[in-house]
Amino acid sequence: MIDQAQLSGILRALCPMHVIVNATGHITCVGPTLAKLRPDQTFLGTRFLETFEMTRPRMVSCMADLLALKQARVKLRFRDAPETALKGVLISLPGGAGAVVGLSFGISILDAVRDYQLTEADFAATDLAIELLYLVEAKTAAMEASRSLNLRLQGAKIAAEEQAFTDTLTGVKNRRALDHILSRLAGRKTPFSLMHLDLDLFKAVNDTYGHAAGDQVLQTAARIMVEQTRSEDTVARIGGDEFVLLFEGDRDAAKLAGIADRLIRRIEAPICFEGQECAVSASIGIARADSGTQSDPLSILHHADLALYCAKRAGRGRHRFFTPDMLSPQTPQTPQAKFG
Amino acid sequence: MHGLINRAIQSFVCLTYGRDRWEKVMQCADLGFEEFEAMLVYDDQCSERVLRCLCRELDRDLSEILEDLGTFLVSHPDLEPLRRLLRFGGGGYLEFLHSLDDLPDRTRLAVSDLHLPKLELREFATGHFNLSCAADLPGFGHVMMGVLRAMADDYGALAFLEMQKSADQKEVIRIALLDSAFAEGRGFDLGARAE
Repeated sequence: MIDQAQLSGILRALCPMHVIVNATGHITCVGPTLAKLRPDQTFLGTRFLETFEMTRPRMVSCMADLLALKQARVKLRFRDAPETALKGVLISLPGGAGAVVGLSFGISILDAVRDYQLTEADFAATDLAIELLYLVEAKTAAMEASRSLNLRLQGAKIAAEEQAFTDTLTGVKNRRALDHILSRLAGRKTPFSLMHLDLDLFKAVNDTYGHAAGDQVLQTAARIMVEQTRSEDTVARIGGDEFVLLFEGDRDAAKLAGIADRLIRRIEAPICFEGQECAVSASIGIARADSGTQSDPLSILHHADLALYCAKRAGRGRHRFFTPDMLSPQTPQTPQAKFG
Repeated sequence: MHGLINRAIQSFVCLTYGRDRWEKVMQCADLGFEEFEAMLVYDDQCSERVLRCLCRELDRDLSEILEDLGTFLVSHPDLEPLRRLLRFGGGGYLEFLHSLDDLPDRTRLAVSDLHLPKLELREFATGHFNLSCAADLPGFGHVMMGVLRAMADDYGALAFLEMQKSADQKEVIRIALLDSAFAEGRGFDLGARAE
Protein backbone atom coordinates (compact mmCIF):
# COMPACT_ATOMS: atom_id res chain seq x y z
CA MET A 1 0.00 0.00 0.00
CA ILE A 2 1.40 3.40 -0.90
CA ASP A 3 1.19 6.30 1.48
CA GLN A 4 -0.42 9.63 0.72
CA ALA A 5 2.85 11.37 -0.12
CA GLN A 6 3.61 8.78 -2.78
CA LEU A 7 0.06 8.96 -4.06
CA SER A 8 0.20 12.71 -4.41
CA GLY A 9 3.58 12.49 -6.14
CA ILE A 10 2.07 10.21 -8.78
CA LEU A 11 -1.04 12.33 -9.06
CA ARG A 12 0.98 15.52 -9.61
CA ALA A 13 2.30 14.09 -12.86
CA LEU A 14 -0.75 12.14 -13.96
CA CYS A 15 -3.32 14.71 -13.06
CA PRO A 16 -1.88 18.16 -12.34
CA MET A 17 -5.35 19.40 -11.46
CA HIS A 18 -6.24 16.98 -8.65
CA VAL A 19 -7.43 17.63 -5.12
CA ILE A 20 -7.14 15.28 -2.18
CA VAL A 21 -9.75 15.80 0.50
CA ASN A 22 -9.64 14.20 3.96
CA ALA A 23 -12.48 12.63 5.94
CA THR A 24 -13.56 15.99 7.35
CA GLY A 25 -13.77 17.59 3.90
CA HIS A 26 -10.57 19.64 4.19
CA ILE A 27 -8.13 19.88 1.32
CA THR A 28 -4.84 18.14 2.05
CA CYS A 29 -3.23 18.33 -1.37
CA VAL A 30 -3.71 20.13 -4.71
CA GLY A 31 -2.02 19.53 -8.05
CA PRO A 32 0.39 22.16 -9.42
CA THR A 33 -1.87 23.46 -12.20
CA LEU A 34 -4.86 23.81 -9.90
CA ALA A 35 -2.65 25.70 -7.45
CA LYS A 36 -1.61 28.00 -10.31
CA LEU A 37 -5.23 29.04 -10.82
CA ARG A 38 -5.27 30.68 -7.40
CA PRO A 39 -1.67 31.73 -6.75
CA ASP A 40 -2.56 33.80 -3.67
CA GLN A 41 -4.74 31.20 -2.05
CA THR A 42 -3.70 28.53 0.38
CA PHE A 43 -5.81 25.56 -0.47
CA LEU A 44 -4.40 23.35 2.23
CA GLY A 45 -6.66 23.14 5.26
CA THR A 46 -9.62 24.90 3.65
CA ARG A 47 -12.91 23.15 3.11
CA PHE A 48 -13.33 21.68 -0.34
CA LEU A 49 -16.99 22.71 -0.57
CA GLU A 50 -16.17 26.26 0.52
CA THR A 51 -13.69 26.65 -2.31
CA PHE A 52 -15.74 24.87 -4.96
CA GLU A 53 -19.43 24.86 -5.67
CA MET A 54 -20.73 21.53 -6.93
CA THR A 55 -22.93 21.94 -9.99
CA ARG A 56 -23.32 18.26 -10.67
CA PRO A 57 -24.48 16.30 -8.77
CA ARG A 58 -26.35 19.21 -7.20
CA MET A 59 -27.63 17.72 -3.96
CA VAL A 60 -24.15 17.56 -2.44
CA SER A 61 -24.11 19.96 0.51
CA CYS A 62 -21.77 18.34 3.00
CA MET A 63 -18.75 16.06 3.05
CA ALA A 64 -20.86 13.01 3.89
CA ASP A 65 -22.81 13.50 0.66
CA LEU A 66 -19.55 13.80 -1.21
CA LEU A 67 -18.02 10.62 0.21
CA ALA A 68 -21.26 8.74 -0.37
CA LEU A 69 -20.77 9.22 -4.08
CA LYS A 70 -17.98 6.59 -4.03
CA GLN A 71 -17.09 7.21 -7.64
CA ALA A 72 -18.85 9.81 -9.75
CA ARG A 73 -18.41 12.28 -12.56
CA VAL A 74 -18.57 15.75 -11.12
CA LYS A 75 -18.90 19.29 -12.34
CA LEU A 76 -17.96 22.20 -10.15
CA ARG A 77 -16.76 25.76 -10.22
CA PHE A 78 -14.73 28.14 -8.11
CA ARG A 79 -16.86 30.12 -5.69
CA ASP A 80 -14.74 33.25 -6.24
CA ALA A 81 -14.09 35.00 -9.55
CA PRO A 82 -13.17 34.01 -12.17
CA GLU A 83 -15.72 31.27 -11.55
CA THR A 84 -13.99 28.84 -13.91
CA ALA A 85 -16.01 25.70 -14.48
CA LEU A 86 -14.21 22.40 -14.02
CA LYS A 87 -15.17 18.83 -14.74
CA GLY A 88 -13.74 15.61 -13.49
CA VAL A 89 -14.16 12.51 -11.45
CA LEU A 90 -14.37 11.93 -7.70
CA ILE A 91 -13.17 8.70 -6.14
CA SER A 92 -13.67 8.02 -2.43
CA LEU A 93 -10.65 6.65 -0.58
CA PRO A 94 -11.06 3.32 1.20
CA GLY A 95 -12.28 3.35 4.79
CA GLY A 96 -13.90 6.78 4.55
CA ALA A 97 -10.45 8.41 4.56
CA GLY A 98 -11.55 11.11 2.13
CA ALA A 99 -11.55 11.39 -1.62
CA VAL A 100 -9.44 12.19 -4.65
CA VAL A 101 -10.92 14.53 -7.24
CA GLY A 102 -9.28 14.63 -10.67
CA LEU A 103 -10.20 17.76 -12.59
CA SER A 104 -9.84 19.32 -16.04
CA PHE A 105 -11.18 22.40 -17.76
CA GLY A 106 -13.51 20.77 -20.23
CA ILE A 107 -15.09 23.32 -22.49
CA SER A 108 -13.92 26.28 -20.38
CA ILE A 109 -10.37 25.66 -21.64
CA LEU A 110 -10.38 28.64 -24.03
CA ASP A 111 -11.18 31.13 -21.28
CA ALA A 112 -8.89 29.36 -18.83
CA VAL A 113 -5.71 29.62 -20.91
CA ARG A 114 -6.40 33.33 -21.26
CA ASP A 115 -7.36 33.96 -17.65
CA TYR A 116 -4.49 32.01 -16.11
CA GLN A 117 -1.65 32.28 -18.66
CA LEU A 118 -1.33 28.52 -18.86
CA THR A 119 1.38 26.85 -20.88
CA GLU A 120 1.82 23.43 -22.38
CA ALA A 121 3.65 22.29 -19.24
CA ASP A 122 0.52 22.88 -17.15
CA PHE A 123 -1.37 20.08 -18.84
CA ALA A 124 -1.03 16.35 -18.33
CA ALA A 125 0.80 14.58 -21.16
CA THR A 126 -2.45 12.76 -21.96
CA ASP A 127 -4.56 15.90 -21.89
CA LEU A 128 -5.90 16.90 -25.31
CA ALA A 129 -6.07 20.58 -24.30
CA ILE A 130 -3.21 21.64 -26.57
CA GLU A 131 -4.68 19.75 -29.52
CA LEU A 132 -8.04 21.37 -28.82
CA LEU A 133 -6.53 24.84 -28.71
CA TYR A 134 -4.63 24.08 -31.89
CA LEU A 135 -7.81 22.94 -33.56
CA VAL A 136 -9.76 26.01 -32.51
CA GLU A 137 -7.10 28.32 -33.95
CA ALA A 138 -6.65 26.26 -37.11
CA LYS A 139 -10.38 26.12 -37.73
CA THR A 140 -10.73 29.83 -37.05
CA ALA A 141 -8.05 30.59 -39.64
CA ALA A 142 -9.61 28.20 -42.17
CA MET A 143 -13.06 29.66 -41.49
CA GLU A 144 -11.71 33.16 -42.03
CA ALA A 145 -10.31 32.12 -45.41
CA SER A 146 -13.65 30.55 -46.33
CA ARG A 147 -15.54 33.61 -45.21
CA SER A 148 -13.45 35.93 -47.33
CA LEU A 149 -14.00 33.61 -50.30
CA ASN A 150 -17.75 33.76 -49.66
CA LEU A 151 -17.66 37.54 -49.55
CA ARG A 152 -15.81 37.72 -52.86
CA LEU A 153 -18.20 35.22 -54.45
CA GLN A 154 -21.12 37.26 -53.16
CA GLY A 155 -19.66 40.38 -54.80
CA ALA A 156 -19.11 38.48 -58.06
CA LYS A 157 -22.69 37.20 -57.91
CA ILE A 158 -24.09 40.72 -57.52
CA ALA A 159 -21.96 41.92 -60.44
CA ALA A 160 -23.12 38.98 -62.58
CA GLU A 161 -26.76 39.65 -61.73
CA GLU A 162 -26.29 43.30 -62.53
CA GLN A 163 -24.90 42.23 -65.92
CA ALA A 164 -27.73 39.79 -66.47
CA PHE A 165 -30.23 42.61 -65.99
CA THR A 166 -28.47 45.09 -68.23
CA ASP A 167 -28.79 45.60 -71.97
CA THR A 168 -25.15 45.49 -73.01
CA LEU A 169 -25.58 47.81 -76.01
CA THR A 170 -27.29 50.73 -74.29
CA GLY A 171 -26.54 50.14 -70.61
CA VAL A 172 -30.22 50.43 -69.64
CA LYS A 173 -32.17 47.50 -68.14
CA ASN A 174 -33.15 44.58 -70.33
CA ARG A 175 -36.35 42.58 -70.77
CA ARG A 176 -35.46 40.23 -67.89
CA ALA A 177 -34.98 43.14 -65.56
CA LEU A 178 -38.33 44.65 -66.61
CA ASP A 179 -40.14 41.31 -66.08
CA HIS A 180 -38.52 41.11 -62.68
CA ILE A 181 -39.71 44.58 -61.70
CA LEU A 182 -43.20 44.00 -63.13
CA SER A 183 -43.59 40.76 -61.19
CA ARG A 184 -42.54 42.64 -58.07
CA LEU A 185 -45.29 45.19 -58.75
CA ALA A 186 -47.91 42.49 -59.30
CA GLY A 187 -50.19 42.06 -56.33
CA ARG A 188 -49.31 45.44 -54.87
CA LYS A 189 -51.63 48.36 -54.81
CA THR A 190 -48.99 50.92 -55.60
CA PRO A 191 -49.75 53.10 -58.63
CA PHE A 192 -47.36 53.09 -61.56
CA SER A 193 -47.28 54.13 -65.20
CA LEU A 194 -45.73 52.52 -68.23
CA MET A 195 -44.55 54.08 -71.46
CA HIS A 196 -43.97 51.86 -74.42
CA LEU A 197 -41.64 53.68 -76.81
CA ASP A 198 -40.84 52.59 -80.33
CA LEU A 199 -38.38 54.41 -82.57
CA ASP A 200 -39.83 55.55 -85.90
CA LEU A 201 -37.78 55.22 -89.10
CA PHE A 202 -35.14 53.17 -87.26
CA LYS A 203 -35.13 50.47 -89.91
CA ALA A 204 -34.31 53.10 -92.55
CA VAL A 205 -31.23 54.23 -90.59
CA ASN A 206 -30.06 50.63 -90.26
CA ASP A 207 -30.60 49.95 -93.95
CA THR A 208 -29.02 53.18 -95.17
CA TYR A 209 -26.06 53.70 -92.85
CA GLY A 210 -25.51 50.21 -91.46
CA HIS A 211 -25.76 48.57 -88.03
CA ALA A 212 -23.07 50.70 -86.43
CA ALA A 213 -25.18 53.78 -87.13
CA GLY A 214 -28.26 51.98 -85.80
CA ASP A 215 -26.38 51.10 -82.61
CA GLN A 216 -25.40 54.71 -82.12
CA VAL A 217 -29.03 55.81 -82.54
CA LEU A 218 -30.14 53.25 -79.95
CA GLN A 219 -27.44 54.38 -77.51
CA THR A 220 -28.33 58.02 -77.96
CA ALA A 221 -32.06 57.39 -77.58
CA ALA A 222 -31.44 55.33 -74.43
CA ARG A 223 -29.27 58.10 -72.98
CA ILE A 224 -32.02 60.65 -73.63
CA MET A 225 -34.54 58.41 -71.83
CA VAL A 226 -32.26 58.06 -68.83
CA GLU A 227 -31.72 61.83 -68.76
CA GLN A 228 -35.44 62.59 -68.97
CA THR A 229 -36.38 60.25 -66.09
CA ARG A 230 -35.56 60.15 -62.41
CA SER A 231 -33.10 57.64 -61.04
CA GLU A 232 -35.88 55.63 -59.37
CA ASP A 233 -37.69 55.22 -62.70
CA THR A 234 -36.83 52.29 -64.95
CA VAL A 235 -35.72 52.44 -68.56
CA ALA A 236 -35.55 49.06 -70.32
CA ARG A 237 -34.81 48.05 -73.87
CA ILE A 238 -37.10 45.11 -74.55
CA GLY A 239 -36.53 44.57 -78.26
CA GLY A 240 -34.64 45.93 -81.30
CA ASP A 241 -35.86 49.53 -81.14
CA GLU A 242 -38.48 49.12 -78.42
CA PHE A 243 -38.15 50.57 -74.97
CA VAL A 244 -40.34 50.54 -71.87
CA LEU A 245 -40.22 53.27 -69.26
CA LEU A 246 -41.68 52.49 -65.87
CA PHE A 247 -42.63 55.20 -63.40
CA GLU A 248 -43.45 53.99 -59.92
CA GLY A 249 -45.71 56.19 -57.83
CA ASP A 250 -48.53 58.50 -58.75
CA ARG A 251 -47.68 60.68 -61.78
CA ASP A 252 -50.48 62.77 -63.21
CA ALA A 253 -51.28 62.54 -66.91
CA ALA A 254 -50.03 66.07 -67.71
CA LYS A 255 -46.60 65.32 -66.28
CA LEU A 256 -46.37 62.05 -68.22
CA ALA A 257 -47.50 63.79 -71.42
CA GLY A 258 -44.78 66.39 -70.83
CA ILE A 259 -42.12 63.72 -70.42
CA ALA A 260 -43.32 61.89 -73.55
CA ASP A 261 -43.24 65.04 -75.66
CA ARG A 262 -39.78 66.01 -74.43
CA LEU A 263 -38.52 62.51 -75.23
CA ILE A 264 -39.90 62.65 -78.76
CA ARG A 265 -38.54 66.15 -79.36
CA ARG A 266 -35.06 65.24 -78.20
CA ILE A 267 -34.98 61.93 -80.07
CA GLU A 268 -36.02 63.76 -83.24
CA ALA A 269 -32.89 65.92 -83.10
CA PRO A 270 -30.54 64.52 -85.77
CA ILE A 271 -27.96 62.07 -84.47
CA CYS A 272 -24.52 62.33 -86.03
CA PHE A 273 -22.74 59.18 -87.12
CA GLU A 274 -19.46 59.48 -89.05
CA GLY A 275 -20.53 62.73 -90.65
CA GLN A 276 -24.01 61.47 -91.56
CA GLU A 277 -27.13 62.80 -89.90
CA CYS A 278 -29.49 60.05 -88.87
CA ALA A 279 -33.03 61.23 -88.33
CA VAL A 280 -35.44 59.14 -86.31
CA SER A 281 -38.49 59.87 -84.25
CA ALA A 282 -40.43 58.01 -81.59
CA SER A 283 -43.99 56.96 -80.86
CA ILE A 284 -45.13 56.44 -77.31
CA GLY A 285 -48.08 54.65 -75.74
CA ILE A 286 -48.84 55.39 -72.10
CA ALA A 287 -50.87 53.35 -69.62
CA ARG A 288 -51.42 53.97 -65.91
CA ALA A 289 -52.24 51.70 -63.01
CA ASP A 290 -54.33 53.72 -60.57
CA SER A 291 -53.67 53.69 -56.88
CA GLY A 292 -55.95 51.56 -54.77
CA THR A 293 -56.77 49.06 -57.48
CA GLN A 294 -54.72 45.93 -57.73
CA SER A 295 -53.75 45.81 -61.37
CA ASP A 296 -51.90 43.19 -63.33
CA PRO A 297 -48.68 44.79 -64.62
CA LEU A 298 -48.76 42.64 -67.74
CA SER A 299 -52.19 43.93 -68.73
CA ILE A 300 -50.98 47.49 -68.13
CA LEU A 301 -48.06 46.71 -70.42
CA HIS A 302 -50.58 45.44 -72.97
CA HIS A 303 -52.55 48.68 -72.62
CA ALA A 304 -49.40 50.70 -73.26
CA ASP A 305 -48.82 48.51 -76.30
CA LEU A 306 -52.32 49.28 -77.65
CA ALA A 307 -51.82 52.99 -77.03
CA LEU A 308 -48.49 52.83 -78.91
CA TYR A 309 -50.28 51.23 -81.84
CA CYS A 310 -52.78 54.09 -81.91
CA ALA A 311 -49.97 56.66 -81.72
CA LYS A 312 -48.27 55.02 -84.70
CA ARG A 313 -51.52 54.96 -86.65
CA ALA A 314 -52.15 58.58 -85.84
CA GLY A 315 -48.98 59.50 -87.72
CA ARG A 316 -45.82 58.83 -85.67
CA GLY A 317 -43.81 61.25 -83.55
CA ARG A 318 -46.58 61.52 -80.97
CA HIS A 319 -47.89 59.92 -77.78
CA ARG A 320 -51.26 58.42 -76.90
CA PHE A 321 -52.76 57.50 -73.54
CA PHE A 322 -54.55 54.21 -73.25
CA THR A 323 -58.36 54.48 -73.26
CA PRO A 324 -60.73 51.54 -72.76
CA ASP A 325 -62.16 51.89 -76.30
CA MET A 326 -58.76 50.75 -77.63
CA LEU A 327 -59.75 47.29 -76.32
CA SER A 328 -62.83 47.18 -78.62
CA PRO A 329 -62.94 44.55 -81.39
CA GLN A 330 -62.62 47.01 -84.31
CA THR A 331 -59.08 47.70 -83.17
CA PRO A 332 -56.90 45.33 -85.21
CA GLN A 333 -55.65 42.46 -83.04
CA THR A 334 -52.02 42.86 -84.08
CA PRO A 335 -50.85 45.67 -81.85
CA GLN A 336 -47.33 44.31 -81.80
CA ALA A 337 -46.89 44.63 -85.56
CA LYS A 338 -43.73 46.51 -86.40
CA PHE A 339 -43.82 49.83 -88.13
CA GLY A 340 -40.09 50.43 -88.44
CA MET B 1 -2.59 21.91 -55.64
CA HIS B 2 -4.56 23.35 -52.77
CA GLY B 3 -5.42 27.04 -52.97
CA LEU B 4 -3.77 27.66 -49.60
CA ILE B 5 -0.40 26.68 -51.07
CA ASN B 6 -0.95 28.79 -54.19
CA ARG B 7 -2.21 31.63 -52.07
CA ALA B 8 0.91 31.35 -49.88
CA ILE B 9 3.09 31.76 -52.98
CA GLN B 10 0.98 34.76 -54.04
CA SER B 11 1.21 36.46 -50.62
CA PHE B 12 4.94 35.82 -50.52
CA VAL B 13 5.53 37.44 -53.92
CA CYS B 14 3.15 40.37 -53.33
CA LEU B 15 4.45 41.23 -49.87
CA THR B 16 8.13 40.63 -50.67
CA TYR B 17 8.51 41.84 -54.24
CA GLY B 18 5.36 43.89 -54.80
CA ARG B 19 2.03 43.50 -56.49
CA ASP B 20 3.30 44.51 -59.94
CA ARG B 21 5.84 41.69 -59.98
CA TRP B 22 3.06 39.23 -59.13
CA GLU B 23 0.91 40.59 -61.95
CA LYS B 24 3.80 40.07 -64.35
CA VAL B 25 4.24 36.50 -63.13
CA MET B 26 0.54 35.78 -63.60
CA GLN B 27 0.56 37.31 -67.07
CA CYS B 28 3.44 35.04 -67.97
CA ALA B 29 1.68 32.01 -66.46
CA ASP B 30 -1.40 32.90 -68.52
CA LEU B 31 -3.92 31.09 -66.33
CA GLY B 32 -6.75 33.51 -67.06
CA PHE B 33 -6.86 34.91 -63.53
CA GLU B 34 -4.60 36.86 -61.21
CA GLU B 35 -5.71 35.82 -57.76
CA PHE B 36 -5.66 32.40 -56.17
CA GLU B 37 -8.49 31.61 -53.79
CA ALA B 38 -7.25 30.05 -50.56
CA MET B 39 -10.14 27.63 -50.26
CA LEU B 40 -10.32 26.28 -53.79
CA VAL B 41 -8.23 23.49 -55.27
CA TYR B 42 -6.26 24.13 -58.47
CA ASP B 43 -4.66 21.88 -61.01
CA ASP B 44 -1.02 21.07 -60.14
CA GLN B 45 0.05 22.50 -63.48
CA CYS B 46 -1.15 25.96 -62.42
CA SER B 47 1.33 26.05 -59.55
CA GLU B 48 4.12 24.65 -61.70
CA ARG B 49 3.62 27.34 -64.33
CA VAL B 50 3.47 30.09 -61.73
CA LEU B 51 6.71 28.88 -60.12
CA ARG B 52 8.45 28.60 -63.50
CA CYS B 53 7.43 32.16 -64.39
CA LEU B 54 8.41 33.33 -60.92
CA CYS B 55 11.96 31.96 -61.34
CA ARG B 56 12.23 33.79 -64.65
CA GLU B 57 10.79 37.04 -63.29
CA LEU B 58 13.07 37.06 -60.22
CA ASP B 59 15.99 35.44 -62.05
CA ARG B 60 16.59 33.10 -59.11
CA ASP B 61 16.73 29.35 -58.54
CA LEU B 62 13.50 27.70 -57.48
CA SER B 63 15.13 26.14 -54.41
CA GLU B 64 16.19 29.58 -53.11
CA ILE B 65 12.74 31.06 -53.73
CA LEU B 66 11.03 28.17 -51.96
CA GLU B 67 13.30 28.46 -48.95
CA ASP B 68 12.50 32.17 -48.71
CA LEU B 69 8.84 31.26 -48.97
CA GLY B 70 9.23 28.95 -45.97
CA THR B 71 10.91 31.70 -43.94
CA PHE B 72 8.22 34.16 -44.99
CA LEU B 73 5.43 31.83 -43.82
CA VAL B 74 6.77 31.84 -40.28
CA SER B 75 8.14 35.33 -39.93
CA HIS B 76 5.78 37.71 -41.72
CA PRO B 77 3.40 39.47 -39.31
CA ASP B 78 0.45 38.94 -41.67
CA LEU B 79 0.86 35.21 -41.25
CA GLU B 80 1.01 35.23 -37.45
CA PRO B 81 -1.83 32.64 -37.21
CA LEU B 82 0.35 30.16 -39.10
CA ARG B 83 3.34 30.75 -36.82
CA ARG B 84 1.09 30.14 -33.83
CA LEU B 85 -0.21 26.89 -35.29
CA LEU B 86 3.38 25.71 -35.74
CA ARG B 87 4.26 26.71 -32.18
CA PHE B 88 1.54 24.38 -30.94
CA GLY B 89 3.96 21.64 -32.01
CA GLY B 90 5.91 21.91 -28.79
CA GLY B 91 7.26 24.02 -25.97
CA GLY B 92 10.83 23.95 -27.30
CA TYR B 93 12.56 23.53 -30.67
CA LEU B 94 13.44 19.92 -29.94
CA GLU B 95 9.81 19.03 -29.24
CA PHE B 96 8.83 21.03 -32.28
CA LEU B 97 11.16 18.93 -34.43
CA HIS B 98 9.60 15.78 -33.02
CA SER B 99 6.12 17.12 -33.79
CA LEU B 100 6.94 17.39 -37.51
CA ASP B 101 5.98 13.75 -38.04
CA ASP B 102 2.43 14.82 -37.16
CA LEU B 103 2.45 17.95 -39.32
CA PRO B 104 0.55 16.50 -42.30
CA ASP B 105 -2.09 15.06 -39.94
CA ARG B 106 -2.37 18.29 -38.01
CA THR B 107 -2.79 20.12 -41.28
CA ARG B 108 -5.56 17.80 -42.39
CA LEU B 109 -7.27 18.30 -39.04
CA ALA B 110 -7.56 21.99 -39.91
CA VAL B 111 -8.22 21.77 -43.65
CA SER B 112 -9.32 18.27 -44.58
CA ASP B 113 -8.34 18.45 -48.26
CA LEU B 114 -4.90 19.95 -47.75
CA HIS B 115 -2.43 17.10 -48.10
CA LEU B 116 1.20 17.73 -47.25
CA PRO B 117 3.97 15.21 -47.94
CA LYS B 118 4.78 12.77 -45.17
CA LEU B 119 7.61 13.95 -42.96
CA GLU B 120 9.90 11.68 -40.99
CA LEU B 121 12.39 12.80 -38.37
CA ARG B 122 15.27 10.49 -37.44
CA GLU B 123 17.77 11.26 -34.72
CA PHE B 124 21.06 9.60 -35.61
CA ALA B 125 23.15 11.13 -32.86
CA THR B 126 22.27 13.39 -29.96
CA GLY B 127 21.18 16.69 -31.45
CA HIS B 128 21.63 15.44 -35.01
CA PHE B 129 18.61 14.69 -37.14
CA ASN B 130 17.52 13.85 -40.63
CA LEU B 131 14.12 15.10 -41.76
CA SER B 132 13.01 13.33 -44.91
CA CYS B 133 10.14 14.64 -46.99
CA ALA B 134 8.15 12.25 -49.15
CA ALA B 135 8.68 12.89 -52.85
CA ASP B 136 5.06 13.68 -53.77
CA LEU B 137 5.51 17.44 -53.68
CA PRO B 138 8.91 18.30 -55.18
CA GLY B 139 10.43 21.39 -53.61
CA PHE B 140 8.54 20.99 -50.35
CA GLY B 141 11.81 20.14 -48.63
CA HIS B 142 13.16 23.57 -49.53
CA VAL B 143 10.08 25.24 -48.09
CA MET B 144 10.59 23.20 -44.91
CA MET B 145 14.23 24.38 -44.79
CA GLY B 146 12.97 27.95 -44.61
CA VAL B 147 10.30 27.03 -42.07
CA LEU B 148 12.79 25.20 -39.83
CA ARG B 149 15.31 28.08 -40.01
CA ALA B 150 12.68 30.64 -39.07
CA MET B 151 11.22 28.42 -36.35
CA ALA B 152 14.69 27.99 -34.83
CA ASP B 153 14.87 31.79 -34.53
CA ASP B 154 11.34 31.83 -33.19
CA TYR B 155 12.24 29.39 -30.40
CA GLY B 156 15.61 31.04 -29.85
CA ALA B 157 17.46 27.86 -30.83
CA LEU B 158 20.76 27.65 -32.70
CA ALA B 159 20.56 25.05 -35.43
CA PHE B 160 22.56 24.22 -38.52
CA LEU B 161 20.54 23.05 -41.50
CA GLU B 162 21.64 21.51 -44.76
CA MET B 163 19.77 20.13 -47.75
CA GLN B 164 20.52 16.69 -49.12
CA LYS B 165 18.95 14.30 -51.58
CA SER B 166 18.47 10.70 -50.57
CA ALA B 167 19.00 7.77 -52.91
CA ASP B 168 15.23 7.44 -53.49
CA GLN B 169 14.90 11.12 -54.54
CA LYS B 170 13.47 12.16 -51.19
CA GLU B 171 14.46 15.60 -50.06
CA VAL B 172 16.33 15.25 -46.78
CA ILE B 173 17.23 18.04 -44.40
CA ARG B 174 20.16 17.46 -42.04
CA ILE B 175 19.61 19.27 -38.80
CA ALA B 176 22.25 19.87 -36.15
CA LEU B 177 20.69 21.38 -33.04
CA LEU B 178 23.63 23.13 -31.40
CA ASP B 179 21.86 25.00 -28.62
CA SER B 180 18.14 24.92 -27.95
CA ALA B 181 18.29 27.98 -25.69
CA PHE B 182 20.72 30.13 -27.62
CA ALA B 183 18.64 33.31 -27.67
CA GLU B 184 15.44 34.56 -26.15
CA GLY B 185 13.18 33.76 -29.11
CA ARG B 186 9.71 35.07 -29.60
CA GLY B 187 6.97 34.58 -27.08
CA PHE B 188 4.07 32.21 -27.40
CA ASP B 189 1.04 32.76 -25.20
CA LEU B 190 -1.46 29.92 -25.48
CA GLY B 191 -4.34 32.19 -24.64
CA ALA B 192 -3.48 35.05 -26.99
CA ARG B 193 -5.24 33.99 -30.10
CA ALA B 194 -3.94 35.62 -33.25
CA GLU B 195 -6.33 38.12 -34.75
